Amino acid sequence: MKKAINLSVNGVSHTDEVEPRMLLVHYLRDVLELTGTHVGCETSLCGACTVMLDGQAVKSCTVFAVQADGSSVTTIEGLAKNGELHPVQEGFWERHGLQCGYCTPGMIMTAAQLLDRNADPSREEICHGLEGNLCRCTGYQHIIEAVQYAAKKAGQS
Amino acid sequence: MSDNYVGKRVKRTEDPRLIKGLAHYVDDIALPGTLHVAFVRSMYAHAKINSIDTSAALAAPGVVAVYTGNDVAEKIGPVPCASALPELKVPDHRVLAKDKVYFVGHPIAAVVAKDRYAARDAVDLVMVDYEDLPAVTDVEQAAAGGPVIHEAFGSNIAYKLTSGEGDIDAAFAAADRTVKQRILHRRLAPIAMEPRGVLARYFPGEEELTLWSSTQIPHLMRTQVALMIGMPENKLRVITPEVGGGFGSKLNVYAEEALLSWISMQLAKPVKWIETRRENIAATIHGRGQVGDIEVAFKNDGTLLGLRYSVFADLGAYHQLLTPAIPTLTGLMLSGAYKIPAIQMNITGCFTNKMATDAYRGAGRPEATYVVERALDLVAADLGVDAAELRRRNFPAADEFPFHTATGLDYDSGDYETALNKAQEIAGYADLREKQRKAREEGRLIGIGLSTYVEICALGPSQAMPAGGWESATVRIEPTGKVTVMTGASPHGQGQETSFAQIAADELGVNINDVTVIHGDTGIVQYGIGTFGSRATAVGGTAVYVAIQKLKEKAHKIATHMLQADASHVAFEGGKYSLEKAAAAAATTGTSDPVVPVGEAPAGALPEPQTEGKTSLTIQDIALAAHLAKELPPDTEPGLSATYFFEPKNFTFPFGTHIAVVEVDRDTGDIEFLRYVAVDDCGRVINPMLVDGQVHGGIVQSIGQAMFEEVVYDEQGQLVTGTLMDYALPRASHIPEFELDRTETPSPVNPLGVKGVGEAGTIGATPAIVNAIVDALAPFGVKHLDMPVKPENIWRIINGH
Repeated sequence: MKKAINLSVNGVSHTDEVEPRMLLVHYLRDVLELTGTHVGCETSLCGACTVMLDGQAVKSCTVFAVQADGSSVTTIEGLAKNGELHPVQEGFWERHGLQCGYCTPGMIMTAAQLLDRNADPSREEICHGLEGNLCRCTGYQHIIEAVQYAAKKAGQS
Repeated sequence: MSDNYVGKRVKRTEDPRLIKGLAHYVDDIALPGTLHVAFVRSMYAHAKINSIDTSAALAAPGVVAVYTGNDVAEKIGPVPCASALPELKVPDHRVLAKDKVYFVGHPIAAVVAKDRYAARDAVDLVMVDYEDLPAVTDVEQAAAGGPVIHEAFGSNIAYKLTSGEGDIDAAFAAADRTVKQRILHRRLAPIAMEPRGVLARYFPGEEELTLWSSTQIPHLMRTQVALMIGMPENKLRVITPEVGGGFGSKLNVYAEEALLSWISMQLAKPVKWIETRRENIAATIHGRGQVGDIEVAFKNDGTLLGLRYSVFADLGAYHQLLTPAIPTLTGLMLSGAYKIPAIQMNITGCFTNKMATDAYRGAGRPEATYVVERALDLVAADLGVDAAELRRRNFPAADEFPFHTATGLDYDSGDYETALNKAQEIAGYADLREKQRKAREEGRLIGIGLSTYVEICALGPSQAMPAGGWESATVRIEPTGKVTVMTGASPHGQGQETSFAQIAADELGVNINDVTVIHGDTGIVQYGIGTFGSRATAVGGTAVYVAIQKLKEKAHKIATHMLQADASHVAFEGGKYSLEKAAAAAATTGTSDPVVPVGEAPAGALPEPQTEGKTSLTIQDIALAAHLAKELPPDTEPGLSATYFFEPKNFTFPFGTHIAVVEVDRDTGDIEFLRYVAVDDCGRVINPMLVDGQVHGGIVQSIGQAMFEEVVYDEQGQLVTGTLMDYALPRASHIPEFELDRTETPSPVNPLGVKGVGEAGTIGATPAIVNAIVDALAPFGVKHLDMPVKPENIWRIINGH
């Protein structure tokens, strides 16, 4: 029995009928064709599927699409504004914060949330904030530097 | 050539699409009418299949087909193993189990349905009647005669091999002292963040098949899958879109790739399978998995005389592409960075009721470096000599290269002492030892661990490789002046789109934005080997470099003709062919602007190159003239492109020194990094930013191996660490701030002088970390600890439990 949901994704309103068990990540990827959000583990441990749900970073592999009914979702595709990269995206590019790129969208969404809550985090606070996101390529050091770059950049603007 | 890009921290050209979420991995490709596959996999480690009932699954909503071993046994050939070893036992491993399963995760049936949820639902409706058989998971038990997995072989021993040079018995007879240690290398799961994925689409009219797969080896896969399903190789096109990490796990040809291709042909529909993480840990290859004894013979002054390593290799239940070959790579690297006159390795490769092992970042070499570097610390402790000093005494000197080892290799170039000195200087080694002494007096446990590693890269000469060790490149300058580079070394995160563009832009004197690197599509790119074994830059990058030299030979000939000059009077500099007297003026440094800005040239007929009265021509002018072919020297082929297949004459041997400093918490056994210094030498560096990234990533995988990671099967062969909840990976909060530096000893093996760096971190770091932890616990008489070293192990040692 499908349920009607209405939500705003990256500022665009969508109304769809979905199975109650459909995961938010599958709704975003398969229904809306926003494939920037990735699935890496299905058990909420890797964070590749992180999106913003009403301003809170959530792992969309463990949220049902119906739970997002009436909400506002931001995915990696919606982070750059007017063609300008978000400072975190810029930081990842400048500081080589990605290699294969698979964890990157989730990592960037988490880092953006981290800086929303703490504009000038210490290295330790960044590491703690990124604990829910796994990266197997970079060894994290360049990711940490990318977040530091973004904090500095955002602080200047 | 110019030097605008090579050696500089050039930002990656592949990044914009990746940071915006606009890149395409296999699961991001949506074809209309795609069917989804989910697998029924064995819950037993070892069992007979009495029957399989698929009727309920077939009747389930959305299900299109269900295939079992009986359906495909005669249609699809066995999963390939490319290793050739004397008297190797090779099981006939089919894409779906038929009469028997022999590891948890063994695929039994493929369910095809209209969406992934329906496919997954129907998997539970397939009824498999199993008859449980005793399983063997311990490799030494398997060797000693536990339950036999492949009855036809009569035992679980797949092969035995002895390798090495020098008189090992004489070395031990002549020794003043010896040490011996049993060492475990646990099984590890590679865990690329993107699991494997396959999308296959058959075109019945054209009789062609396109296979999208997350793989490191598109061309080798095309050949192997074509053979498995009996399709002409040139009707099969393999595309690797974005690949989300590999670490060796995608250097393989798996059952799913052939099976999906075949199913697509049966149903004439696109079919897709995306691996779940649970499947990934159960049924994608594992790495390491060795247990053995290392023995070292040495003199009282620390001179090494001989080294023997006798090892049981846990191959798993069958062979994937390179399974039996991995332990042989361990044998090749047992000389480490040292002069050891006699070396012997004895391998017993055994089947166990577990997933196959194969190449995981380092692939046999981390095992060698780990045993050698642990053994050096055991020797140092035995003699009461400083660990760094013992290493220094046994290094070959910089002028002893090429250096022949008793494992049969010729190390290309090296200067091990300089790297060690530099690392010690950065770490403040003497001060650290003093700090450690004081800390011990205060009851604190600080440990300093070294590893002076050497690794084998740029795999490799074809003689030493199962399927060709060369790499290919085509470089073409298009009529509009844009440069296209096609490489067979398809990357999966390494950044070849940038590093190869750096090489091309400098060699051609063009703007890097004019260069596009194409890879990972067998329909476009000439045959290639792939990205693994730290080979992409040294072999693939060299192919790009040499192809450009070929292209420039032709361009020079055309330029000479167009400028109406003698060949000897035309020089190439800064992207321009100039008459000799004008050459100096043309050789302006700095980056040239991108060619043909959009909208500048009218569409339609291409503009004629203007040569009247010119004293120089850009390489783009030459490309256009070569394309229009109206003003070419006699007997000159139109067009401006060149292809080169580079065959290296030797491997390369990068090296370095890693120093880890840790403090162990007496109360909890927790391990904290105080410092981590790495001085790596990977030859000439194309992009230092990418090199740092490779080293960081490798070290953190080493931290995982040393402190967290272990694939655990219980005695019945059940996979205990089947999800990321149970298989522990390093997270951001686990890492120290790395202090990296480099020495640069060019390789004579290729004209770029590059060596390779993809695996250095996982090879060099693991022993440094374990050596540091062991050193911290030396006051408790600890001489060796097996990985992963967990706080619990340490707490037990400190508390005498």
